[in-house]
Amino acid sequence: MAISNDYIKQKLVEKFSDQVSNFEEPYGMLTFEAPREMNLKVLNFLYDDEQLKFRFLTDLCAVHYPDNKGRELAVVYHLHNMVDNIRVRFKVFTDINRPDVYTATGLFSSANWMERETYDFFGVNFIGHPKLKRILNVDEMDYFPMRKEYPLEDQTRIDKDDEMFGR
Amino acid sequence: MPEHHIKLPEGSIEKTTTTLNLGPTHPATHGVFQNILELDGERIVSSEQTVGYIHRAFEKLAERRPLYQITTLTDRLNYCSSPINNMGWHLTCEKLLGVKTPKRVDYLRVIIMELSRISDHLICNSIVGVDAGAYTGFLYVMQYRELIYEIFEEVCGARLTTNIGRIGGFERNFNDIAFQKLEKFLKEYPKVLKEFENLFQRNRIFMERTIGTGAISADRALNYGFTGPNLRAAGVDYDVRVQTPYSSYEDFQFNIPVGTTGDNYDRWLVRSKEMWESLSIIEQAYRKVQEFKGKDADVYHADAPEYYLPPKEDVYTKMEALIYHFKIVMGETEIPAGEVYNSIEAANGELGFYLISDGGRTPYRLHFRRPCFIYYQAFEELTKGGMLSDAIMTMSSLNLIAGEMDA
Repeated sequence: MAISNDYIKQKLVEKFSDQVSNFEEPYGMLTFEAPREMNLKVLNFLYDDEQLKFRFLTDLCAVHYPDNKGRELAVVYHLHNMVDNIRVRFKVFTDINRPDVYTATGLFSSANWMERETYDFFGVNFIGHPKLKRILNVDEMDYFPMRKEYPLEDQTRIDKDDEMFGR
Repeated sequence: MPEHHIKLPEGSIEKTTTTLNLGPTHPATHGVFQNILELDGERIVSSEQTVGYIHRAFEKLAERRPLYQITTLTDRLNYCSSPINNMGWHLTCEKLLGVKTPKRVDYLRVIIMELSRISDHLICNSIVGVDAGAYTGFLYVMQYRELIYEIFEEVCGARLTTNIGRIGGFERNFNDIAFQKLEKFLKEYPKVLKEFENLFQRNRIFMERTIGTGAISADRALNYGFTGPNLRAAGVDYDVRVQTPYSSYEDFQFNIPVGTTGDNYDRWLVRSKEMWESLSIIEQAYRKVQEFKGKDADVYHADAPEYYLPPKEDVYTKMEALIYHFKIVMGETEIPAGEVYNSIEAANGELGFYLISDGGRTPYRLHFRRPCFIYYQAFEELTKGGMLSDAIMTMSSLNLIAGEMDA
């Protein structure tokens, strides 16, 4: 039986009642959020449920919303049920000063590097990760470059004198 | 305790394994990444991978660029098949903007995508041969990859980092020379592919080297986030072209080849079979393209004036065209707010684009789901306990592209 977004939503609400919230369907993909300490419970439920079967982690990344006080960082999971070919997007928001989220590596081996990448660029601290260290950037880096407080260099700046590249 | 020529100082801990650095610039890695291997004789006890040597911060750069300027960034992901990445990006933008492309554009895109899939698989499979000691096949098929690159050159002017197509279609119509070159390729290539297969498929040495090495079960492969040929070699028939057809893939008849054991040999066979399927798709698409006659044959882009550059003559003579031209080139078109995930079947697997727009002129956040990056973490499990020489083959048969891995 193919399952629909409404059915997934109903199952989630049945299980977690008002803990899952902000249901949306941008471009047809069911999107919802849960409190950050709930992320593993939700992921496990989506994985284990006989009807839902979201057993493929397509993507894991983070987004920084500096204006969202107290919930600046969003960790976004894209999950795929390959049998019924349906995807969901699941978000947890966390405080940038205490960006602790439980690791999904116990459930998905693929989460290992994706979480390291997310840590590398956004500083999300995945609790229980087997080896949370930088992956694409140099180990000595002491900031998280994808956060919005690090804008790209202003292309019109004139205070920099670089003979080599003529600007 | 074994005897040593070197007298170790009293109380020192003896290390019985050897540490070997494979890469970052070792020729066998075919790209810039490092494997620190712990070897017991020739067997790998454990390994650690270091990636990121050519990280270029594409996701950050994309946050300052209008949509059309991001196409050049996608070129440099999997540079063995950049047209697929370009198309994936255009499709993502079109999904966000709600642009509907005409059928002819879809078919032309399918031709380009399948050509690049062939060129990618061709490289991968022949490189596996090189690592097994068969250099001839590699040099031989380069000639036919060249034919593919010549078609790209005719369509967009570039060969490797193609920047092919625009949001809504192509920058210009395919000319006659492009179609002639395509016909030449379709005529000559099947014979070559057959010959190439004969060289490897039943070759005793090649089989002994690849069967049973670097194997992964379907279950583990899914858990590791494998997609594309590597997942299909393990026996899972997941293909984005079939599961969620894009660019009118539903109009074509093709099979999804699957393997059983997920080892290097199966990966090779799946890629090889996929090239045949791609060839058949190209033939079907070419026939469909030829069916467009007269005015229909001039359609090569969608009607999306806000994102598709107007013809240059119009820019000089019509005010509206001038405004659109200016707005597009200066990146002053506001994109609708929204959140979209779109994926395509790239040569290596599911290439996804997660695009968040807050209604500004550039993406608020863009994340690439790079198949390479995700499945390379399985390399340790794939090679543990195996021979060093098998690890080399596994590395090339996974088709690891550093550009895609590091983004």
